[in-house]
Amino acid sequence: MDIVRVVYKRPFTLGLLFLVLILLATIPLYVPPYPVISLTSVIMYIVITVGWAIFSGPTRYISLASAAFFGVGIYVSAILGQILPLPVLITFGGLVSFILALFIGLLTLRLKGMYFIIFTFGISELIRHFLLWWETNFMGTVGRWVVAVDHTTVYYIMLIISVIALLTTYLIRRSKFGLALRSIGENEEAATHIGINVTILKTITFAISAFFMGAAGAIMATRWTYIDPKIAFNPLFSFMPVLMAIFGGVGQLYGPVLGAALLAYLEELLITELPYYYMLLFGTILIIVILFLPSGLAGLIEKWRKRGSEGQYANTRR
Amino acid sequence: MGGIYALIAVGLGLQYGVGRVLNVSHGEFIMLGAFATWTLYTVFGISPLISLVICGPVLFVLGFIIHRTLFQYLRGKSESIGAFADNSLLASFGLLFIIQNVALLIWKADIRGYSYLESSVSIFGALFAAHRLVALLFAVGISLVFYYFLTRTRLGKAIRAAAEDPETAQVMGVNIHRVLAICFGLGALMAAFAGVLISMMYEMQPTMGLEYTIIAIIVVVLGGLGSITGSLIGGFILGLIGSIVTYFDPGLSLIAYYVMFILLLLVRPTGIFGK
Repeated sequence: MDIVRVVYKRPFTLGLLFLVLILLATIPLYVPPYPVISLTSVIMYIVITVGWAIFSGPTRYISLASAAFFGVGIYVSAILGQILPLPVLITFGGLVSFILALFIGLLTLRLKGMYFIIFTFGISELIRHFLLWWETNFMGTVGRWVVAVDHTTVYYIMLIISVIALLTTYLIRRSKFGLALRSIGENEEAATHIGINVTILKTITFAISAFFMGAAGAIMATRWTYIDPKIAFNPLFSFMPVLMAIFGGVGQLYGPVLGAALLAYLEELLITELPYYYMLLFGTILIIVILFLPSGLAGLIEKWRKRGSEGQYANTRR
Repeated sequence: MGGIYALIAVGLGLQYGVGRVLNVSHGEFIMLGAFATWTLYTVFGISPLISLVICGPVLFVLGFIIHRTLFQYLRGKSESIGAFADNSLLASFGLLFIIQNVALLIWKADIRGYSYLESSVSIFGALFAAHRLVALLFAVGISLVFYYFLTRTRLGKAIRAAAEDPETAQVMGVNIHRVLAICFGLGALMAAFAGVLISMMYEMQPTMGLEYTIIAIIVVVLGGLGSITGSLIGGFILGLIGSIVTYFDPGLSLIAYYVMFILLLLVRPTGIFGK
């Protein structure tokens, strides 16, 4: 490792991050409401995608249960919105998702690969259909109203959640915990043999990733004001983070952020005017990325950056 | 309905069992079949039974080409068969979005339907709608023909060999890429047939595909991933359970499917007929 370069790079990256954060934090002060609302959606996708990548990035288990955790957050907010103060409500939304994920995680221990993917998808669809059936048969009405919160508050809370999510990802990646997770992704059997408690590790990480999705759902509900199981547990919320993370590249910390930001921005631009073309473009991008950019945009950037530094640091790496 | 489930599931089972592509866009091929039939019937006045013969081969060719270009390239690039299965799943999500939205652009988001053979037929005193009976007959007929093809012909043998062990099959002189592409095409063909039959009985819209894909996945898991006979029997079992649950509460049928599916994955992930 070339330590000199790392040391030089750090204050620069930190400074840049700080600048971006300040910029994002002050945006509601001088920008009209509509772009702020759009930006909230973009950040929401970043939170879900980063949350997804916490578990699925290093372990390479593709989860399609994001919609379940997101939806649970939304429902917590809808049911308890009038009773609890906002910060408690959001933490609670996250916690309920956390517990649900612990439960699902313990159930799916034996499942790998394709079985895990379809199981997670099945469980979120089951919750959606069950709620729909419950509401039509026992509640009399489908859907609920949520106490509305003004858009600036929603924006700031979403921003805070996203910062916490990113910070968590960063800390996990840097720790022994993250290393163990990556070893599960490389070879689970070998990881077991060197004494990693694969089961507990996977379950806890799965639950952490669900926490952020639940929290994002809890705050998003207050902006949508009306929700029903079809909105809250829309399977698109399961697919989108996967596609966004892969588009951005899960190998790097900034990959999912980049992928989510770009695609969510594209969605904000196109979805109201040309929804079909947007989804068409989305599918095309996905296929192109899988075929030609297996490590996503971040992989491309890293490759390009490495090539740039190769001249200066020839043969010093490895 | 069981017959149609079996048809859908055999198609998906073929694509996954042999080619390791869990084709999530399977339902979109069904939708294409249904809408093509609707167009042929309402615009050109062509009977749905004739469009079976038109839609099937057209979608077969489409499936063949998609596998030859997209999945074959992906298979060559993936480091392991597991990685290929994951990647191809994601790629077929891409296909799903593309096909569904092209269909939305062509046919718009309206719900369509037509009436065909609405009269009822009496068998042993019970009344059945004629189009349902015809659909069931065709579904069973197609399944039987397909079963014969798989067990008795040379190509069928090659397909089964490729499902067992692609590499050994290749060593034995099976052109693996051609066989895999044919399997994918046959999967699309089955979807097209199912789509034509579904269009005779139910209303349709371009977003209907995913629902059928999910049913197909459940059936395939029920029968055992990779077992084609299992898919066939699983389809009939699911259709039967669906009918029983619908009798008590129609809203519960999808929930029953999912509960069954999840329990099955937990208790016996290899399915009823899995090894």
